[in-house]
Amino acid sequence: MNAGLLGIEELDRPAIEEILARAKDFQPIQSQSLKKLDTLRGKMIVNLFYEASTRTRTSFEIAAKRLGADAISITASGSSVSKGESLVDTLNTLAAMRPDAIVMRHAASGAPHFLARHLPTPIINAGDGTHEHPTQALLDARTILDHRTALEGLRVAIIGDIAHSRVARSNVHLLSKFGAEIVLCGPASLLPQELAQLAPGVLLTTDIREAIRQADVIMMLRVQLERQHEASFPASEYFRFYGLRLEHLDLAKPDAIVMHPGPINRGRELSSEVADFQRSVILNQVENGIAVRMAVLEKVIG
Amino acid sequence: MPIVIKNGRVIDPSSQTDRVADVLIVDGRIAGVAPNLSSPRAEIFDATGMIVAPGFIDMHVHLREPGFEHAETIESGSRAAAAGGFTSVCCMPNTKPVNDSATVTSYIVERARSKSVVNVFPIGAITKGSGGEELAAIGAMKAAGAVAISDDGLPVMNARVMRRAMEFARSYDLPIIQHCEDLNLSAGGDMHEGVKSVRWGLRGIPAASEDVMVARDLVLTQLTGARYHVAHISTRNAIGMVEYSRRHGLPVTCETTPHHFALTDEDMEPYNSNYKMRPPLRSCSHKDAVVDGLVDGTISAIATDHAPHPGSEKMQEFERCPFGIIGLETAISLALEELVHTSKITLNKMVELFTTGPDSVMRLGRGTLAPGAPGDVTIFHEEHSWTYDVNQSQSRSRNSPFHGRTFRGGQVATIVNGEFVWRKDK
Repeated sequence: MNAGLLGIEELDRPAIEEILARAKDFQPIQSQSLKKLDTLRGKMIVNLFYEASTRTRTSFEIAAKRLGADAISITASGSSVSKGESLVDTLNTLAAMRPDAIVMRHAASGAPHFLARHLPTPIINAGDGTHEHPTQALLDARTILDHRTALEGLRVAIIGDIAHSRVARSNVHLLSKFGAEIVLCGPASLLPQELAQLAPGVLLTTDIREAIRQADVIMMLRVQLERQHEASFPASEYFRFYGLRLEHLDLAKPDAIVMHPGPINRGRELSSEVADFQRSVILNQVENGIAVRMAVLEKVIG
Repeated sequence: MPIVIKNGRVIDPSSQTDRVADVLIVDGRIAGVAPNLSSPRAEIFDATGMIVAPGFIDMHVHLREPGFEHAETIESGSRAAAAGGFTSVCCMPNTKPVNDSATVTSYIVERARSKSVVNVFPIGAITKGSGGEELAAIGAMKAAGAVAISDDGLPVMNARVMRRAMEFARSYDLPIIQHCEDLNLSAGGDMHEGVKSVRWGLRGIPAASEDVMVARDLVLTQLTGARYHVAHISTRNAIGMVEYSRRHGLPVTCETTPHHFALTDEDMEPYNSNYKMRPPLRSCSHKDAVVDGLVDGTISAIATDHAPHPGSEKMQEFERCPFGIIGLETAISLALEELVHTSKITLNKMVELFTTGPDSVMRLGRGTLAPGAPGDVTIFHEEHSWTYDVNQSQSRSRNSPFHGRTFRGGQVATIVNGEFVWRKDK
């Protein structure tokens, strides 16, 4: 039995609602002076990061510690990975030390799904290749719900390198399950037409203005040059056609919020003014990341 | 010892035979097909209720020897072939070293002579090291026993090199077999490009990568007149282009694999590398085109592309896993289930796809029960139920998506050059 969290696609709506509600309970704790609970005291969580990450790894580590669990973080460099050990062997070794959950980020799509078939330890997917990043979608939903009463009926524009974005995929699955309209926007070479069949309610456009028009939420994606295996678009003109600037915001709903999974590249996918814009909720997302990951860890281990 | 196979339904497309009869094999050769045959001291095999056919030919396997004996050897691969009802296999040259010289060809022939339980026919490389640039020693390989040339696993990307290779193939009267894939279009791909690949965040191998290469090669076939064969054809457009070329008289043939007529990308278990192969499992529309191609004769052979890989290599992140699955032991059952039991093709047609079809490409002088022909016979049952347990496979590898599947119909016994080389346990 391996009841971890591999992706949003296989979660049903009640399970997501439960996590989001629990995350809301955890929100006030983030600003208390005493931030530590003992819900997971005596539990051990291993953060295994095969890809560089500051915010997600730190966020998971803090979430574990605020629940009273012990957390250790392992990054690929300096571990057995660099000694040529296979992924299965590394994970079997870690599993033999009896952690209560393994939080894993990996550059290969499906790596946690593959491991989940062979390991008894619950695995929480902290991002797999270009596939899913479930806790990001959950914290995004939590953040939207802090500004809106419901996800249903919202128009959410997701803009950038959709083809290579695990954030986009997880968000599409989550928002679709709640009846939101999702507009995916990016250069044609990064916007495969098959995306329209990913989930109900998905629209595609290569025109950023069309995507933003009447949007409640604008999610900008990081331009992930490390995931580009080829020259899919001329980088020099990316900002001109797909960078979010203040004048674009007039097209959206008056109270539209701007989101970004971070880390942001000012001047590449959004202008500096937009990043600092009052309706930009990028730092709320970071804050909610801890509350949501606490809810996930509690659900998986507790 | 002579063998008499009694009372089977004998299907031999080479002579349009389909009747209940006995088959007599004497001194390793077919001695006759007729009712009530007998021979002193002959071993009697009661084939009542079974199909008795010329020995099946798999024109596309990977035996991995020399160089990758941890995955398969000529001996283990030949036993898997026998257990799958195949009496002859043609082995692709992507060994280590690559079979690009008479030395390697001779080595394979010699190893097969001492270790193999079935007939092994080597396919030589088109280019040195299958590097795609410099032509291999094609004439010398033919003299050493090569029956075709191919850089299988890799296509010949350079059109000029392919043209020259076709010219040589024609002059040596060898078929030239292409693994059709434009490597620029498919670069980095792990599965068929479609809804599933986008959903799973895996890079796609577009159908167009196969189509583009087939189109180019058909133009070169017209230019050179070479006997050109498309390996493991898998796309609607490629099949359409082959059909067009055949209709216009070009010497073009193609094969497909059991998994390409049995499975689609919708059947894949997420990130399970036993569903990872090249060409990849395509969409339903492509699979339907493959079946139609088998029905209308555009596709003239079923070949397994038996591609053993050890478990350690298939137990990795999907994108790191090698391509290919083993297929020798499940081919007959898949053909029965997917093509015959569904009434897409007749049993006669199925036997043709495993005998005269591949033999007309490879010209092995096998795949027939004509008197005097080599005593290769495949005996199978249309109905009997059995379950494939890959852990019992004769292959050294276990990479099959069909593990645990219960089949309706399958092989019963295999005779090579007048000797039983495999029999199903009672």
